[in-house]
Amino acid sequence: MATRHSRSAARLMMAPAVVLLLGWMLVPLSMTLLFSFKKYLPLRGGDLGWVGFDNYIRFVSSSAFWPSVWATLIVVGGVLIITVVFGVLLAVLLNQPMWGQGIVRLLVIAPFFVMPTVSALVWKNMFMDPVNGLFAHLWKFFSAAPVEWLSQASLQSIVMIVSWQWLPFATLILLTAIQSLDSEQLEAAEMDGAPPVKRFAYITLPHLGRAITVVVLIQTIFLLGIFAEIFVTTQGSFGTRTLTYLIYQRVLESQNVGLGSAGGVYAIILANILAIFLMRIVGKNLDR
Amino acid sequence: MARSVTTQRKIINTAIAWALGLLIFFPILWTILTSFKTEATAIADPPVFLAFDWTLENYTTVMERSNYTRFLWNSVIIAGGSTLLGILIAVPAAWSMAFVPGKWTRDILLWMLSTKMLPAVGVLYPIYLIFIKLGLLDSRTGLVIVLMLMNLPIIVWMLYTYFKEIPGEILEAARMDGAGLKEEILYVLTPMAIPGIASTLLLNFILAWNEAFWTLNLTAAKAAPLTAFIASYSSPEGLFYAKLSAASTMAIAPILILGWFSQKQLVSGLTFGAVK
Repeated sequence: MATRHSRSAARLMMAPAVVLLLGWMLVPLSMTLLFSFKKYLPLRGGDLGWVGFDNYIRFVSSSAFWPSVWATLIVVGGVLIITVVFGVLLAVLLNQPMWGQGIVRLLVIAPFFVMPTVSALVWKNMFMDPVNGLFAHLWKFFSAAPVEWLSQASLQSIVMIVSWQWLPFATLILLTAIQSLDSEQLEAAEMDGAPPVKRFAYITLPHLGRAITVVVLIQTIFLLGIFAEIFVTTQGSFGTRTLTYLIYQRVLESQNVGLGSAGGVYAIILANILAIFLMRIVGKNLDR
Repeated sequence: MARSVTTQRKIINTAIAWALGLLIFFPILWTILTSFKTEATAIADPPVFLAFDWTLENYTTVMERSNYTRFLWNSVIIAGGSTLLGILIAVPAAWSMAFVPGKWTRDILLWMLSTKMLPAVGVLYPIYLIFIKLGLLDSRTGLVIVLMLMNLPIIVWMLYTYFKEIPGEILEAARMDGAGLKEEILYVLTPMAIPGIASTLLLNFILAWNEAFWTLNLTAAKAAPLTAFIASYSSPEGLFYAKLSAASTMAIAPILILGWFSQKQLVSGLTFGAVK
């Protein structure tokens, strides 16, 4: 039984974590908010006073803004489609009886543990290099002209690299969800003569609905923030400047902190909208 | 009734699954293989798969030339330090939320989760500025703190989920037998909590090890971990595939092995218990 004494002890035990996270959230956030209303150029005069919503307007009206929205949508959308579609297929496959299932699982989830700078550089050099990359050899083998992946098909290449990193995550979560599916239902449907495609569409897929939502939301939050993959491959050139990368360039490369902070506030608002949906699902689960 | 599966179907499943598994794993395998080639073999046309003279020279070159051990040590300290510190702070919090839940527990948990959603780039400059002011830029201490804060919500959540599964009756039984608070924590709860704490430790060590936004932006020469070391290969000179592969293999091998052990916790840890 929780006494009043243990309640106050509990509050005390919670305090460090709560205080630290509160500080971690509020201090930088309010600074970003503050900077976003200022003309603030650390290397060219520093704090040049309040400018109202100027930075917010300039951020969205700059010529780099819409291309970056576009790049972000392609990267996030492309990776989501690839990882969810292939994740579902792989999860269904891995759930079938086979030999060496455990080992296949290990092989499939391995890319998730590779640090982003390694996977980006390995793909960039050893696969996508137009002269020495494996793709170039493969293309030559079929007598096709090698592609300069990261300049001619830059966004597709980034989508491919990032999809490779996130496919294990989607697969693993969907596999976990599939394993909780009641197999009797599937057997009953099979005995009633439902073909595999129908069994998949009417039983398996609806069952996976929630897991897919979770995968989409969590991945979106992480994908909006991808940085290293662009940093070590194209540095934002060839149309790969996503919103995150644009903000990074404004803040650290051109040291226009006011403008970058306004972009940061947009990013925070966007992430929060997504977070609300995710937290609803997680919250429901807490009540169970 | 158990579903009877024909051997033929099982063979087909196995073949497809293994083919896809190897295809997905191939970039890692290729990196490992290339790390044992000479630079000339690494770019041979056509590429050689296994039939080459295996050599360890890339590993020795990487270790000698770039002071690899310092980056490795930085990674170990940053990932290990942030995880341990996070656990120290999170255990009491998760503990009290699991065993003495109050009116606000649910809201606090969800709020903690929401701080994890904060885009790092949105607070990049403030953190950068604070780091300069406090002299934390390019220091391991600074990164330990930032990565700890970044992963703290996940740590609290994972521990909370584990602690929740410890039945309260056990505590009451121990109390009936005359156990005091000290005995209760030492002999009853700690042994039951250790597996949960261990897997939380493992997953968050991996996440911190691979973190590549703050480690790239807040370090220069001194405190740079392996993520930044590898990134330095993005503007290479001359032939470097074999050396890049050796460096990459060393950076991912330990974590890949740890990762394979933690795959069970991965799902519940990263979905905050939404998928079990």
